[in-house]
Amino acid sequence: MEPTEIANRLQEKFPLEVEEARSFRDQVFVTVRRERILDICRYLYGAPDLNMNFLTDLCGVDYPERKDRFEVVYNLYSLKFNHRILLKARVPADDPSIDSVVSVWSGANWHEREACDMYGIVFNGHPDLRRILMPEDWEGFPQRKDYPLKGKEGWEYRGFEDTKELHSHDREWNIG
Amino acid sequence: MDNNNGPNDTDSERLATTELTLNLGPQHPATHGVLRLVLDLDGETIVKCTPYVGYLHRGVEKLSEYRNYLQILPLTDRLDYISAMANNVGYCVAVEKLFGIEIPERAQFIRTMVAEMTRISNHLLWLATHALDIGAMTVFLYCFREREKILDLFEKLCGARLTVSYTRIGGVKNDVGPQWLEELCRFTDEFPMRVEQYETLIDKNRIWLKRTKGVGVISAEDAINWGMSGPALRGSGVPYDVRKAMPYGAYDKLKWEVPIGKNGDVYDRYRVRMDEFRQSNSIIRQCVERLPEGPIMADAPKFTLPAKDRVLSDMEHLIHHFVLITKGPQAAPEGEIYSATEVPKGELGFYFVSDGTGKPYRMRLRSPSFVHVSALPKLCEGEMVADVIANIGSIDIVLGECDR
Repeated sequence: MEPTEIANRLQEKFPLEVEEARSFRDQVFVTVRRERILDICRYLYGAPDLNMNFLTDLCGVDYPERKDRFEVVYNLYSLKFNHRILLKARVPADDPSIDSVVSVWSGANWHEREACDMYGIVFNGHPDLRRILMPEDWEGFPQRKDYPLKGKEGWEYRGFEDTKELHSHDREWNIG
Repeated sequence: MDNNNGPNDTDSERLATTELTLNLGPQHPATHGVLRLVLDLDGETIVKCTPYVGYLHRGVEKLSEYRNYLQILPLTDRLDYISAMANNVGYCVAVEKLFGIEIPERAQFIRTMVAEMTRISNHLLWLATHALDIGAMTVFLYCFREREKILDLFEKLCGARLTVSYTRIGGVKNDVGPQWLEELCRFTDEFPMRVEQYETLIDKNRIWLKRTKGVGVISAEDAINWGMSGPALRGSGVPYDVRKAMPYGAYDKLKWEVPIGKNGDVYDRYRVRMDEFRQSNSIIRQCVERLPEGPIMADAPKFTLPAKDRVLSDMEHLIHHFVLITKGPQAAPEGEIYSATEVPKGELGFYFVSDGTGKPYRMRLRSPSFVHVSALPKLCEGEMVADVIANIGSIDIVLGECDR
């Protein structure tokens, strides 16, 4: 099915949810409201002539100047019909949460964890929402646009001085 | 004492069993990098497997928001560092799709050729280490012998063996010469015989079969649901290959097949990769035979670097070069694209959000290894400890790509 056709189908099925549909270089991006994202995903997965059974990717994007700051992008593909659609849901900064789609695609598990780790988006109903790439005790969300590239002021690893102190006796052995 | 009882029925029942937690990695030679698994064991059976990743996280996605499109290319080498060429191709295909550049046919053939060479060298390293993990040492040495030849060819082509950075936005850096092609032909002539050699070493080996057949079975539905791709998905019998589904480069002009497995176990994933050796070899051969003449860089001066000899002799080109290098391609259109390529490990996807400046607003990497590690518990749970190693080997992961 042509991607624009899928967008039209979504528009018919969820007239109140679809906010915007755009296309660029033969790919269609449909922006939907976040409230019923799980229903929309279930529909796309289950409808026999859509059958979006392959969640290629799920990621967050940060737009600090927008009213709804974050965007969660679902990259859906059908192995059977070879068609793709990119679904986007906007998430506000004061309540950065959206329903998890792990129940539809198991593969969403780690992608959602990463979006949570990097952007602080909370996925309701996720079975195991922990940090994944950053250390467990990390503060802040590194891929937000207001997070500096080299980390926050005074972020440096300070254990080094302690380690040097701990190993000061090494000097006696000429190995430090 | 009743002698009719066997030695182990009453005693073992009386012994209380507790689950044991075993930490595997992050420094473990068989995890192929810095992967850490926490295994809950009941005897030797795995009750729960929890992977921990992120030890090699370098923030490539964040870094690339601060670099222009030309500067990101070397970062892609360091994702899957044993098949850097395929990553380069994937990145350039994505950027060209975003910019709307058509690249010349010769460059497409060369890219296809080097991407398939990478597939062979990647699968050689995979076979070598996978076999070594399961206990077949000899294969390791044979595989490295052939891999060396491919790396030598890469070195002759671009000066680097691993982190090649060979492709450019709009084409490739160096043209291939007749001598190089001849050497490549010689390699493709003898390589099918080498694959047969590897097969005689392990294919009928009883230990190998016992360690791989029926181990780490994943059904086609589960593999799709977990988002697996590449040989790991095709081993379960799903004929999904990005090169066929969304062709790029010269793949739609060549004759080749997608090998698939049936049972979705470690053995079938091994078979798929062995068949891919032959397919890749044939693709390379066809590319060499049908390599068209012509330029190797697209004529798109807004995005592609001018030829080096012109830069050194001509003021306009020097200025052009300077602007592109310092500011990046300024004519990038506003928009978003997703572009996928089939790297040796699976589907490598790039999702770009461009705001029209020389730097991507957001670059998302869909790395196959990340997805495959997330599916590892599905493969391991309920199996024996020793099978974890076979499973890790069979999904062919590189943590540089997983952690980005």
